[in-house]
Amino acid sequence: MHSSARRRVLPGFGLTLGLSWLYLGLIVLLPLSGLFLKTFSLSWAQFWDTVAAPRVLAAYRLSFGAALAAALLNAVFGLLVAWVLVRYRFPGKALVDALVDLPFALPTAVAGLTLTTLYSRNGWYGQHLEALGFQVAFTPVGIVIALTFIGLPFVVRTVQPVLEDIDADVEEAAATLGATPWQVFTRVLFPSVMPALLSGFTLAFARAIGEYGSVVFISGNMPMKTEIAPLLIITRLEQYDYAGATAIAGVMLAVSFAMLLAVNLLQRWTHRRFETRPGTG
Amino acid sequence: MHPTSHAPRRNRRLVSGPAPVRWLLIAVALAFLGFFLVVPLVAVFTYALQKGVGAYFDAILEPESWSAIRLTLLAAAIAVPLNLVFGLAAAWLIARFRFPGRDVLLTLIDLPFSVSPVIAGLVFVLLFGRQGWLGPWLAEHDIHIIFAVPGIVLATVFVTFPFVVREVLPIMQAQGHDEEEAALSLGASGWRTFLHVTLPKVKWGVLYGVLLCNARAMGEFGAVSVVSGHVRGVTNTLPLHAEILYNEYNLAGAFAVASLLTVLALVTLAVKKYVEWKAESA
Repeated sequence: MHSSARRRVLPGFGLTLGLSWLYLGLIVLLPLSGLFLKTFSLSWAQFWDTVAAPRVLAAYRLSFGAALAAALLNAVFGLLVAWVLVRYRFPGKALVDALVDLPFALPTAVAGLTLTTLYSRNGWYGQHLEALGFQVAFTPVGIVIALTFIGLPFVVRTVQPVLEDIDADVEEAAATLGATPWQVFTRVLFPSVMPALLSGFTLAFARAIGEYGSVVFISGNMPMKTEIAPLLIITRLEQYDYAGATAIAGVMLAVSFAMLLAVNLLQRWTHRRFETRPGTG
Repeated sequence: MHPTSHAPRRNRRLVSGPAPVRWLLIAVALAFLGFFLVVPLVAVFTYALQKGVGAYFDAILEPESWSAIRLTLLAAAIAVPLNLVFGLAAAWLIARFRFPGRDVLLTLIDLPFSVSPVIAGLVFVLLFGRQGWLGPWLAEHDIHIIFAVPGIVLATVFVTFPFVVREVLPIMQAQGHDEEEAALSLGASGWRTFLHVTLPKVKWGVLYGVLLCNARAMGEFGAVSVVSGHVRGVTNTLPLHAEILYNEYNLAGAFAVASLLTVLALVTLAVKKYVEWKAESA
């Protein structure tokens, strides 16, 4: 334990404090507060007419619904992938582990172009799905697929370290006391990874709500059907309807802040449970 | 320095399930990743080369692609150093000091990650656009930010803001500051201590943060799309150029441009793996 008096021995407090707040203020806080001011300068009727219009409501429903579906898919498969990467050995494991981060590193537009081409009528996936009577590209299903791609690393990367650091003693004790592997998983392991899983789910969900680049290509952008909320903001901007764009964005931003708060609380909860153990910090 | 962090666990009875379950789980996970990650990756290069190597290089070397490459490099060359300096300062501040507002700062740093890229572009249009807060003043002085290069740079700086801090902070926190205190008590200056003691300790985290920041800077689409105005040969970055080619049904050209960005992503992942390997063997 270091006393706070000892900490202040280190130099650079004033400089880094000033620099951090100044840069944060100029690049992030000032532009974002501009958006808030603009939102509050709208009259209530103006705001409500924009946000409650059927086309806007349909876009919100689609954005939030598809994001939720994709985050759920990612929670299930992300947990599975994390489990397989932590607990099992198989050839090519290091490569697979590296590949999980691909959606973080690959530009969203590239993901969008590629998935759209794969799932369109003549694409590698699309031609087989077409034969079976499914259409994916230019439908909400296509949007969910693009959002699943984008959110894939979040759950894996939040669950994986927690799974690695689970105290083997607890697991062994449970097994020694006669618990079946399934019981150990559901009663011991799952509760331990639950906060991390929730946190990964929320991160994937938050990312998917605002996602644009990977979705615009595959969605087809039909109003009321496959038009996502971020696209609607761009459409309004192109019509020089700044008020409309701001109102739609204001609602999304409020939701994003709520999600950010949720993630922070979840991560604090996770840290309280796991960081106190030696060697996991 | 790392006492009993990872005791040998080889002989411990960890839950893994019977062999058939094990193989089934591995198969499902690999099928999922293959379907979602490997096939799209292969597809990028296959589509890019579908008209032959000659057409591939023609698509990359034509003047509009070149100007897109130049603009992309310019935006990254400004955004990455700015966010690197900020990232190091903020990581030092948060890892080394306790002060009022520390938690708030930590939360606010993540803001650009939780804002939709489209909204990131919109905030700059509201500030600097023709009807924006500063619009009339900028018009009077003939300064162009929106639908011009400065807007693209600003949007890129905004969306890549948290990357370096996020990678460097945990490493700085984990390593503590005993060595810095030793250097200082031996008479080294603050800068010298930072350059010769702190920086070498966190260099791999810095490198990875810079690479992630760079990958996002070069690949950003939504935010840049809002502020760019899509002027061919002037305000198109590589991702925007790929979109235009795709919309013109020039599939091979679009994927040729996309393949450049894909190579960048693969290099980023390879360096990440190398950094992790370095950190483990250190």
